Amino acid sequence: MVEPMNKVKVAVVGAGAAGISASIEAARAGAKVVLIDENERPGGQLFKQIHKFFGSEAHRAGIRGIQIGTDLLEQAKEAGVQIRLNTVVYGLFAEKCLGLMCGDHTEELQADVIILATGASENTLAFPGWTLPGVMGAGAAQTLINIHRTLPGDRVLMVGAGNVGLIVSYQLLQAGAEVVASVEGLPYIGGYGVHASKIRRAGVPILLSHTVLRAEGHESVERAVISQVDKNWVPLQGTEKTLEIDTLCLAVGLSPLAELAWMAGCQFIHISPMGGWIPVHDENMQTTLPGIYVAGDLTGIEEASTAMEEGRLAGLAAAEALGCLSFEEGAMKKAEVRERLETLRIGSFGKGRSLAKKQILESRGTV
Amino acid sequence: MRVGDHPILGKVEWGKKVTMIVDGHPVEALEGEPIATALLAAGRRVFRYTTKLNEPRGVFCALGRCTDCVMVVDGQPNVRTCVTPVRDGMVIETQVGLGQWCYSKKADKKDG
Amino acid sequence: MKTQGEEEGIRTTGIPSEEELEASPGYPKAEALRKGPIVVIECVQDIPCNPCEAACPKGAIKVGDPITSLPIFDAEKCNACGTCIPICPGQAIFRVDMTYSEDKASVSFPYEFLPLPKKGDIVQGVNRAGEVVCDATVLRVQQPKGFDHTAVITLSVPKHLAMKVRSLKRRKASIKE
Repeated sequence: MVEPMNKVKVAVVGAGAAGISASIEAARAGAKVVLIDENERPGGQLFKQIHKFFGSEAHRAGIRGIQIGTDLLEQAKEAGVQIRLNTVVYGLFAEKCLGLMCGDHTEELQADVIILATGASENTLAFPGWTLPGVMGAGAAQTLINIHRTLPGDRVLMVGAGNVGLIVSYQLLQAGAEVVASVEGLPYIGGYGVHASKIRRAGVPILLSHTVLRAEGHESVERAVISQVDKNWVPLQGTEKTLEIDTLCLAVGLSPLAELAWMAGCQFIHISPMGGWIPVHDENMQTTLPGIYVAGDLTGIEEASTAMEEGRLAGLAAAEALGCLSFEEGAMKKAEVRERLETLRIGSFGKGRSLAKKQILESRGTV
Repeated sequence: MRVGDHPILGKVEWGKKVTMIVDGHPVEALEGEPIATALLAAGRRVFRYTTKLNEPRGVFCALGRCTDCVMVVDGQPNVRTCVTPVRDGMVIETQVGLGQWCYSKKADKKDG
Repeated sequence: MKTQGEEEGIRTTGIPSEEELEASPGYPKAEALRKGPIVVIECVQDIPCNPCEAACPKGAIKVGDPITSLPIFDAEKCNACGTCIPICPGQAIFRVDMTYSEDKASVSFPYEFLPLPKKGDIVQGVNRAGEVVCDATVLRVQQPKGFDHTAVITLSVPKHLAMKVRSLKRRKASIKE
């Protein structure tokens, strides 16, 4: 049964780091905010990040992701954000109309401003045996151990030595599993060296220029065959090694979950290092469609800290667009956020992302 | 395997124990946890078999997007076990192929 | 950062090389190590990060602006209190006391695994590559609430291994049910 259309000032889709942060800023400025999430609990990936964050004090450095998530939800509650859980936003239609589904019930919600903070999904790698039970995303393993307190297996092969692969390897050790090896196709470790150091110290070998050839097992993973690769990622004959494992985690990148922005007709740009197709946005996080904003990993794969800042920026911009924030106050607050964002996008790990973000801003109207 | 104690997350306050019936056998679970984790904790990793090649499948994304973990739950097929909470007495069956859709009285009453 | 063909170092092994360590302003010089207990910061990459700076009650660590700068360690100011050890999100800070005894040094490191050892336990000291290099006695296990679940463990190790031992070999945890 379709109910009559409900209206709201600000609808935020996705209650992760970016979405909660956006909701807080918009609500504090006086806008009425509805924060929608398909999961039964809010927080996105935050409550799986049991490690201490980097950055500066303003970025809650030294504080665990789980605590930051708890604090953000507390702030959202205090600011009067209305949170709707177990609710899928299945469509973004004309005139900023969202299609919502909760259980068997559907409804439409029209918003003056929409902020999409839908995050990203894990990429996968196809190889013989990849469909065997026991092969899963690294994020999947993280969800199982840190949220559901259940180990997917005892002996894990981690594919990918970016931050996700390194961090989840460490967390699997903390949960009591053995990480037999981490394999990475590149000839260097893409993630933070300190994350790699933690697992090396714990006895986990990191095999660079290696890939997984196949997973084997009768009904589920029992072993994997890895091999060295050359600089073109072609497996080198005679370098195969068999590892006895029961779990194979894939940490091979993330891609923005951009379906809602696609269907609404937002302009996109393809930037591989940022995860693929990115909805183009301006310095206020507004897409090429007025009134539709984006924030977080949806706008390019980065980190929780950048997601929170982008969320804040979008929330402030939304509040300003609704007249809840004066031009001067909005400009001042946004400048603070942009300055903090800049400090996260420098150095060897950040400058590529900074360039990508500039590329996104410059592409408006040209792509 | 359950992670009862953890260096960061501490000891778990396990919730209420319930029983689900999995392929005819009683399996202990915790009320409200995803069906998938109860099965994993019970040592069960194969949740279904594919239609054409009869290949085993199980948990892949663990957050409700990939549908690799679907099983027949209380008679309904294609239920994502990684995001569906366990209730006492739930009947879980290994799904073969797409399963058999069955109409319930509740479905008959709906419009459209 | 170097690209392909670079020498073995943190980017190619996950372990900082001797050169990278010695080039880092956080790594103490040999003279400082000889004087008594001192903190050893093994931070060699330009990650935006600075909680060590604020944590030090003696102002012995300076990161400044930009926050990707490697921490500059002032051995003169350091009293080896070790407050910085549990706060570093990269677990890259340690404490070494070369003067612990005639033939032993003490090494303190952050540790986030179960089971935690107890004072007096004999454990296996491992180097940065996780290789067992010696037996070690647990001198101290600190895990106050303020450390937020990061324990700081102090081991006594043969003196010549003071700059090698960086953790203990994990033991089988009985944390599963």
